[in-house]
Amino acid sequence: MRNEISISNKMDWATVAIYMAMLLFGWLNIFAAVYDTDTNNSLFVATFDFGVMPLQMKQFIFIVTSLIIMLIILIVDMRFYETFAYVIFAGIMFLLLLVPLIGKEVAGNKSWLGVGAFGIQPSEFAKFATALAVAKFIGSVGFRMDQVRNQVVLFVLIGIPVMLILLQKDFGTAMVFSVFLLVFYREGQSPFFLLVGIGMAIIFILTLLVKNNWILFAIIGGIWMMVIYLNRKRKFKHLIIITLGAIVLIGTMQSVEIVFSKLPIHHQKRIMVMLNPDSDPTGYGWNVTQSKIAIGSGGFAGKGFLNGTQTKFDFVPEQSTDFIFCTIGEEHGWLGSLLVVGLFMGLLTRLLFIAERQKSRFARSYGYAVASIFFFHFAVNIGMTLGLFPVIGIPLPFFSYGGSSLWAFTVLLFILLKLDAHRGQVLERL
Amino acid sequence: MNEGRKEIVQIIFVFVGVLFTIKLFFVQVLDNRYAELADSNAILREVEYPFRGLITDRNGKLIVYNTPEYDLLITKKDVKELDSAKFCEVFGITIEQLRERFKDYKARKAKKEVSDVKPAIFIRQLSNLDFARIQERIDEFSGFQIQPRTTRAYSTFALANSMGYVSEITKRQLEHDSTNVYKQRDYIGQSGLESYYEKDLSGKRGVRFKFKDVSGIEKGSFLKGKLDTLSVPGKDLTTTIDIALQEYGERLFKGKVGSLVAIEPSTGEILAIISGPSYDPTLLTGRKFSSNFLTISSDTTKPLFTRPLMAMYPPGSIFKIIQTLIGLEEGVFNYDTRFPCDKSLVNCHNHPSPADLHGAIQYSCNPYFHQAFRRIINQGKSPNTFTDSRIGLDHWRDYVSRFGLGAPLGVDLPSEKGGLIPSSRNYNRIYGEGRWKFSTIYSLSIGQGEMLVTPMQMANLAAILANKGYFYTPHMVKSIKGDQIDPRYRVRHETGIDTAFYTFVTDAMTDAISGTAPRALIPGMTICGKTGTAQNPQGEDHSVFMAFAPKENPKIAIAVYVENAGWGGRAAASIASLMIERYVTGEVKRPALEEYVLKNEFGDRPARTKPAQTVIALE
Repeated sequence: MRNEISISNKMDWATVAIYMAMLLFGWLNIFAAVYDTDTNNSLFVATFDFGVMPLQMKQFIFIVTSLIIMLIILIVDMRFYETFAYVIFAGIMFLLLLVPLIGKEVAGNKSWLGVGAFGIQPSEFAKFATALAVAKFIGSVGFRMDQVRNQVVLFVLIGIPVMLILLQKDFGTAMVFSVFLLVFYREGQSPFFLLVGIGMAIIFILTLLVKNNWILFAIIGGIWMMVIYLNRKRKFKHLIIITLGAIVLIGTMQSVEIVFSKLPIHHQKRIMVMLNPDSDPTGYGWNVTQSKIAIGSGGFAGKGFLNGTQTKFDFVPEQSTDFIFCTIGEEHGWLGSLLVVGLFMGLLTRLLFIAERQKSRFARSYGYAVASIFFFHFAVNIGMTLGLFPVIGIPLPFFSYGGSSLWAFTVLLFILLKLDAHRGQVLERL
Repeated sequence: MNEGRKEIVQIIFVFVGVLFTIKLFFVQVLDNRYAELADSNAILREVEYPFRGLITDRNGKLIVYNTPEYDLLITKKDVKELDSAKFCEVFGITIEQLRERFKDYKARKAKKEVSDVKPAIFIRQLSNLDFARIQERIDEFSGFQIQPRTTRAYSTFALANSMGYVSEITKRQLEHDSTNVYKQRDYIGQSGLESYYEKDLSGKRGVRFKFKDVSGIEKGSFLKGKLDTLSVPGKDLTTTIDIALQEYGERLFKGKVGSLVAIEPSTGEILAIISGPSYDPTLLTGRKFSSNFLTISSDTTKPLFTRPLMAMYPPGSIFKIIQTLIGLEEGVFNYDTRFPCDKSLVNCHNHPSPADLHGAIQYSCNPYFHQAFRRIINQGKSPNTFTDSRIGLDHWRDYVSRFGLGAPLGVDLPSEKGGLIPSSRNYNRIYGEGRWKFSTIYSLSIGQGEMLVTPMQMANLAAILANKGYFYTPHMVKSIKGDQIDPRYRVRHETGIDTAFYTFVTDAMTDAISGTAPRALIPGMTICGKTGTAQNPQGEDHSVFMAFAPKENPKIAIAVYVENAGWGGRAAASIASLMIERYVTGEVKRPALEEYVLKNEFGDRPARTKPAQTVIALE
């Protein structure tokens, strides 16, 4: 009983409020996305047959189950998560390993494990499991980020799920794990990795955009000389690392052609479409073009709830999952979009704030992992609907339709809130 | 060691949030393009073309009606995986033709005439037969739809020129359309009645807005049909034309260049209006419009030129009638005034001299009217002969204009010309003020010189003589489906000349006919007429005849111009006479004269069909 009371007292209700608001708004939007004047026009449908149930009803069930999961997480002892982090990680990794072997295909995607109509995507749960494992390692006694051995372990920890998920050809979810670089950076890793990581992405795009490679050579060379000059007073080791970065970037540049041609053709197309949306308007550009049309046609205040034409009439593909933001943009306009962006910014800054007030390295780095994962989904998903990123199929947390992702994000978030509620009970170990 | 890092992470988060907010503001608020694209995506705009008004003759006989046609439209962005072999089979075209269509589409797209998001014509005017076959299978081709419309059909070849034609609105017309009614691909009356009464005939387009989904399947009406409009059919026109008379006249005009206008004097209603040569109106409908139009419009005989309203000729001898009436009203001479036939003034032919006024009209004496005209012009209003001539001319011109000359009459057809009756200002411009006098302008006395009249004005003159002093503006439309026609066609225009003088001149004209145009005489009917010859410096003179009949109770007034057919007493008088007989008695009992007209050999030289738009005769 004491436990219960202290939880409700110390719970971060601001985050819970944002979570609830997102669930409600997200659920109504799923209804709007699948709304059909003829066949599917009431929010609640009295059926228990999961096979014929309309999407908004399924999502309602997912939401209810999420709330149950949330309660379970809050009830479980907070020490459980740190203690069993590696076990949970190993368990989920085992499930991931099973997917290519006994998984079933849903909509061309073999990322499901399950029986009958019920199935889960272990890749969604791999995010929180990896976050726990990484946090536990960082929080372990005597951990120092500047030890090469520790860094190798960290990269192995995120490398395992990435490899397993790539086996399922789920490129988007695999990319999510790159955001752990932010956590490592916060916990003391040299900015080298973050900068080189960002630099590689930029160079990759620029190489595809700019025909003349010499310009890029000149740019990299210029930046390298500038950075060397700024760091001239520092240790020789630093200069070597900087030079190494420049070489990696030039290597990236040189290998772009090869890497690009090795990518599956649909990834190549998606990248090209992002660079030039008009290059293939009815093919790979269709998604982005239609998505932008839907969002853009919303105007300042939107067309009104259930009045969107682009989503209702199926012009936007994947409208209830990856492109759910289009429904918001179309029906609620700039104001509605701003509300969603605002909710996410509120959640993210709150999560950073929560992470920073943790007394253990474990809880803090877990907090950073949670914030970073949400950030990555938010940035890539909305960026993709606006044509700012290539089309990468990852959901918008709490808005996109889907049980696994909703449960996984709920677990991810509420483990942090549970840790936060009990932050007073842990010994400082920073 | 890790100082400032949490701020950097925060900055990265906030940066993305701000970036999205700005990008969203650009896409959603500043850029209106997306809203339009969304509409073109999801809103199907179905145009319901109205039926164009029907056109009948004065007896209710249908002349112009509508027949359905079908256009195949393409919405390029919706075309997916077109099976060209199947397409060719269904639409009955070859693969080359299909390629041609796409090439044409590309060219139009380059000219910004069509866009990929809006339906554009792909195959024009499918036949009825094609339609039945295609209708079944059109669903197999996404991005294609069939648009039914109607096109014009004609029950007769006659009246093509004054009826005008209907065709797709040109880009130029669209740009100059201030009413904003017309859209690309709309049909519009391009000439003749079709153009003049476009507003009444066209009706109003109906539009239905419907939702469609990504596969182009209709999903109910947009805004519950609030924006939909029903099409309003165009109004039917009843013309004043007697189509049987018109057809008869066109038969007589076969192989001739010229004009014929017949008017009912008591109302100003145009009974027949012929512009020769004519063309087959069906050529300017349907799929072959463009190529046929090119052929017709480049024809050297100019079938599209509306001669009755646009050709201008000097009136010649016929004008002596007007001179007589003006002189009598002015009192500068009377029935008994005699002038010698002094050939030193103007050339003349041999006849008894000196004649009185009746004789002068009967013999068409040129010197007589030279001297009579001098009395009209120089009435001694000023001691200066130059000033006197100026005052006299302008006074005379006032009279002439009351006969509907020198300005367009206001016929309900486009591009009517006004002819020319010179004023003192015209001569001042040519010779300088005070530098011309009667001897400069004497050619006007016999209808020559700087004087031009259209066949329509000439027919109207015949109507004035028939009415003994007044006319109603000639017009071609009797009623517009219940609506009254323009009240200006019900205004009686007076010439202000004593009726007695008209009786005098019409008597003289009756007598003249037996001398100058014996072919015009109709057994059992008194016809009043006057021959004329419009001199043509480029070849054979034009044959002119003006008449009305029956004399006691005029039913028809007519003017006939046959270009390059020589003397008015032959071709023109014969045609006019046959038309009068046909109209008044309902049948023609002079097959020999018909044959003479149809044989087409009037002059001393074989007839040449060189057109003359404006011929200024030299005296």
